[in-house]
Amino acid sequence: MALKTWKELPIGCVVSEPGSASEYHTGSWRSQRPVWNDAKCIKCGICYVFCPEGCVQQFADGFFKANLDYCKGCGICAHECWPRAISMVEEG
Amino acid sequence: MGKRVGLEVTVAVAEAVALCRVDMAGVYPITPQSHIAEHLSNMVADGVLDAEFVTVESEHSAMSAVIGASATGARSYTATASQGLLLMNELLPIASAMRLPICMAIANRAVSGPLNILNDHSDIMPQRDTGWITLFAENGQEAIDLSIQAFKIAEHKDVMLPVCVNIDGFQLTHMVEPVELPTQEEVDKFLPPFAPHATLHPAKPVTMGAFAMSDYFGEIMKAKDEAIKNSKKIILEVWDEWGKRFGRNYKPVETYQAQDAEILMLTMGSMGETAQVAVDELRDKGIKAGLVKLRLWRPFPFEEIRAAVQNAKKLIVTDRACSFGGPGGPVFSEIKSALYAGDNHPVMYNFIYGLGGRDVPVQDFTGMFEKVIADKDNKAKDAYEFWGVRE
Repeated sequence: MALKTWKELPIGCVVSEPGSASEYHTGSWRSQRPVWNDAKCIKCGICYVFCPEGCVQQFADGFFKANLDYCKGCGICAHECWPRAISMVEEG
Repeated sequence: MGKRVGLEVTVAVAEAVALCRVDMAGVYPITPQSHIAEHLSNMVADGVLDAEFVTVESEHSAMSAVIGASATGARSYTATASQGLLLMNELLPIASAMRLPICMAIANRAVSGPLNILNDHSDIMPQRDTGWITLFAENGQEAIDLSIQAFKIAEHKDVMLPVCVNIDGFQLTHMVEPVELPTQEEVDKFLPPFAPHATLHPAKPVTMGAFAMSDYFGEIMKAKDEAIKNSKKIILEVWDEWGKRFGRNYKPVETYQAQDAEILMLTMGSMGETAQVAVDELRDKGIKAGLVKLRLWRPFPFEEIRAAVQNAKKLIVTDRACSFGGPGGPVFSEIKSALYAGDNHPVMYNFIYGLGGRDVPVQDFTGMFEKVIADKDNKAKDAYEFWGVRE
């Protein structure tokens, strides 16, 4: 997404396209990413409930992963996961 | 033409705002602005003014409410003073950044402490950098005229910025003056209905006041600066139209006996009329004194100020507030900065005076002139002085 110049900004920076915040990938802020160990996961969904971004998804097999376009790497899922199935791994 | 009537200035301002057919007013009463709040509220209660009067619980809520109302496309108004303006401060840059054409009267009053309810400019001066177009009235008629012009300036499609009209507390707000209110028909012809740049409406959802990171923040500030600088052209157009329609002319910088003046004084607000009498007295004695009155504080009228003072040898800048531990009065520091680029500028003096409602009679102005005339060595050029305080 090309950044606009000051002359191209809409008056008052009004955002006229609903839902356009999804175009902004907050995943670029991340320094650590959550990695699930499915062998330890009991599919309780607590990571899904606690994710403040709502970016943890459950897949058809019942296991969970984060959408890395939006995951900021806050680590709340790893902190809350009581079977300790999620570890935070440094981004390369 | 409207009738000439005797009215208290705050009541006349509220009448003028009603003539602008405001849709909403969110006002928290505070001395010396209270009669604006009361009279607007009365007019709504009596069915004379078809508007929503929101009885907010603080000035922070007042400014928040008018921001919200303006964002829905309502012509929105508020008024405050002193501590109330300081409480609004958090919201002021948001109103201008969202480009909401809110209009506000400020019944200028000293900021605490100590607590003081009387007039000076220490409330408006700290709001200098909030992105509001800032006008100063010199008398009751100007307070009325500027209050009506404010909506036309603010809502112009090439401006879309909030405007505040400064009206000296008590010195102006509580005076009963003979004033002329335009008729409803005249105001309707002058002021078209508000056409907002965007509105909050479910039929066309938009986001206003969204978050911006470092990748955009600087561009947004630059756009805001350009917007307020460009508003000057529209302000001049509106004043030109006002002069043609109503016969009263407005300029960013007014002058009195300034053309051939060797020594000039600069005032803002109600003090101008008293200083004018002092200039007359000095002229009678053969002293080439003159007066410059600054009406437009933001956007700052650089060219007009330079043109008004370029031929004078000495310039006295008067201030109704102090930048403590700084370069003196805020007006002084702006004028000095505006003249710095020119080769030929007068020697400048700064008097801080009339604080917390202290009366400033004609002899104080003649005293300031005489003190500066007597300074043959120009020793005071970089100094500022509290005028009239007991040593």
